[in-house]
Amino acid sequence: MTKKQIWDYSPAPESTDHIQLKDQYDLFINGKFIPAVDGKYFDTINPSNEKKIAEVAESGKADIEKAVASARKAYEKTWSKMHPKERGKYIFRIARLLQERAREFSVIETMDGGKPIRESRDVDVPLAAAHFFYHAGWADKLEYAFPGRVAEPLGVVGQIIPWNFPLLMAAWKLAPALATGNTIVLKPAETTPLTAMKLAEIIQEADLPPGVVNIVNGAGETGKFLVNHGDINKIAFTGSTDVGKYIMKSVAGSGKKYTLELGGKAANIIFEDAPIDQAVEGIINAIFFNQGHVCCAGSRLYVQEGVAGEVITKLQKRMESLIVGDPLDKNTDIGAINSKMQLDKIKTYVKLGKEEGGTIYQTACSLPKKGYWFVPTIFTDVSQSNRIIQEEIFGPVLAIQTFRTVDEVITKANNSPYGLSGGVWTDKGSKIFKVTQDIRAGVIWANTFNKFDPSSPFGGYKESGVGSEGGIEGLSGYVNLV
Amino acid sequence: METINIQKTKAIDQVNTRERVSRLFSRSIKNESKMQALYLALSMIDLTTLEGKDSDGKVKQLCYKASHLHYKHPGLPHVAAICVYPTMVPIAKKELEGTGINVASVATAFPSGMADINAKLDEVKSVVDAGADEVDMVISRGRFLSGDYNYVSDEISQVKDACGKAHLKVILETGELVTLDNVQLASDIAMEAGADFIKTSTGKVSPSATPPVVLTMLEAIRDFQIKTGKKIGMKPAGGIGTAKQAIQYLVMIKETLGDEWLSPNLFRFGASSLANDLLMQIMKQSTGQYQSKDYFSID
Repeated sequence: MTKKQIWDYSPAPESTDHIQLKDQYDLFINGKFIPAVDGKYFDTINPSNEKKIAEVAESGKADIEKAVASARKAYEKTWSKMHPKERGKYIFRIARLLQERAREFSVIETMDGGKPIRESRDVDVPLAAAHFFYHAGWADKLEYAFPGRVAEPLGVVGQIIPWNFPLLMAAWKLAPALATGNTIVLKPAETTPLTAMKLAEIIQEADLPPGVVNIVNGAGETGKFLVNHGDINKIAFTGSTDVGKYIMKSVAGSGKKYTLELGGKAANIIFEDAPIDQAVEGIINAIFFNQGHVCCAGSRLYVQEGVAGEVITKLQKRMESLIVGDPLDKNTDIGAINSKMQLDKIKTYVKLGKEEGGTIYQTACSLPKKGYWFVPTIFTDVSQSNRIIQEEIFGPVLAIQTFRTVDEVITKANNSPYGLSGGVWTDKGSKIFKVTQDIRAGVIWANTFNKFDPSSPFGGYKESGVGSEGGIEGLSGYVNLV
Repeated sequence: METINIQKTKAIDQVNTRERVSRLFSRSIKNESKMQALYLALSMIDLTTLEGKDSDGKVKQLCYKASHLHYKHPGLPHVAAICVYPTMVPIAKKELEGTGINVASVATAFPSGMADINAKLDEVKSVVDAGADEVDMVISRGRFLSGDYNYVSDEISQVKDACGKAHLKVILETGELVTLDNVQLASDIAMEAGADFIKTSTGKVSPSATPPVVLTMLEAIRDFQIKTGKKIGMKPAGGIGTAKQAIQYLVMIKETLGDEWLSPNLFRFGASSLANDLLMQIMKQSTGQYQSKDYFSID
């Protein structure tokens, strides 16, 4: 090296030649892959280059009928009758098969959804396997989860999952339902159906009795058929608050149970005595993890006035080192926005933020020409009255406010229709207890953010949802206690 | 002497520091970028021998190695400096004449620092008179841990004055400071008192340079630059023996301090065995095959 040059990272793409993808995926009903009754297919594309990856059968009403009937039959004939220990063995088998094929799953997750391979490899896939392992262990120990009670399965469960963590959300939903003896009709999101279809292959390979897990694909209409089907005992949904409200109305008076995991607008609070450099890293993790497509993202930042200047300066500097680009590159920090629709929504909110008088800062990174991308963005000079503070953007956009006292920030943090998560950064233990007790949110992280474990329940207050997932609380959503 | 305001600046969270380190270290450095990093790391080495059994002959051999790293691969950079005990400065200076390689000497009762201040200053003056371009001093850790920060600070200032034109590297011996809060405070004291470089360890205490400690010191350097505009150098020392570790540290510097610090003027590795592993990797990158260690000289 004779001349002075800047040292940059060469591309380090994860190889894709080891994955197996078909051009066409059918519905997974009664243990078999079958085409939709009316023969319709829709495309699933790679949001980082807009190329079609595969086409997937779209379920209509007749397909939902078939899927529910197959789930009902499997429930009555085999799954609810099976010894719990045997059920557990099947779930363990799914977990192990998923681990064995972790690399393939992470690549497909990244291609279909746009998230960086670093996250699908280190977070999505291992956590999904962990959920199956954890719940496999519960299958024959439910009497210890609910001492003195008998935990009976509900029956057929309809599950609708979002596009931000496609495989992980499938695991969150399937694992506890299977462990408690329910059978399932699962509908993945229409933009990210592929890892669920690969999971169907694993379920087949694990030799799960036909009909215990059925997977149907499609958008809102398909979801409606499932929600309104008469022979469903419970709807478990993760997604937007609007759809959650629709589901609540639809199932009212039907006797169907429901758990809803909806939107969020988490307050991430930095006190003056916080470990500043680590808190800055926590802010990055809270809002830019998975392009901000995270219901528990720390999208409202509250910084105590004494350190606001330092925190914002350091945050901007740190943002400049984020690598935005090819999601399959192992060095990528921020991948592609999941869909054009979501990108448009983010753009609308950013425009609104500017119109409302916020000061915008965006990093200098260059974005690929093809695909859906958005630059990491922060807003300062905003207030509780701004819509970008009140509403969920679900993208890499952070809104920052300052505060002076503990009481003030607790009030502001609670001043939201949501209550899913939150974060507190301080070196003082007593402050952590005070603030976490007073904030009405399901999960509050202290000196960290976005940490998940299958044994830890996750769920929200207010418009963030009903019921919890994970841990014993999550199991209780899938049983009748008698 | 100007008064220095010594106080704990901010808290450091160890768990998150480790997490940040593991994220930085998971960067994947390949192809062209890897080759460039290997060359860069070579040029940042302070090739070191600090043993009681060092002799003129040993130092001569090391000096030859410093400027002739591997004859089979022309165009390699030379290391940044040779780091020796005070008595070896004259011989090293003579051997390295005209090579552009600096002579660094440890001083101030290295490695313990347990000596009277005047003895320390005399030692510093003598190595500078003997031609040392760089002085690696140790701080008084006992005084630091008993809270006598002013003593530590004054001592560094006096050594800095005694250095004259020579560059001063201040060794914190972080293995004895134990906590990251202490590491940060000691870094601040050293920079305020005039250090040109701050350095983790003597190599005589375990643990020596650990990644969380290096990250904490880099962040202290960044904050000091924000506050004063001055650019302070960094030298992790001890325990860095592989090319992989060296590249991980380069990633850490790049993403914490920026490209400007990716230069021997502001970053050094204190190491003895690192050079050969870098050479082995350079040969691997250019030929596609690993060679036996026997093909790399061990001076």
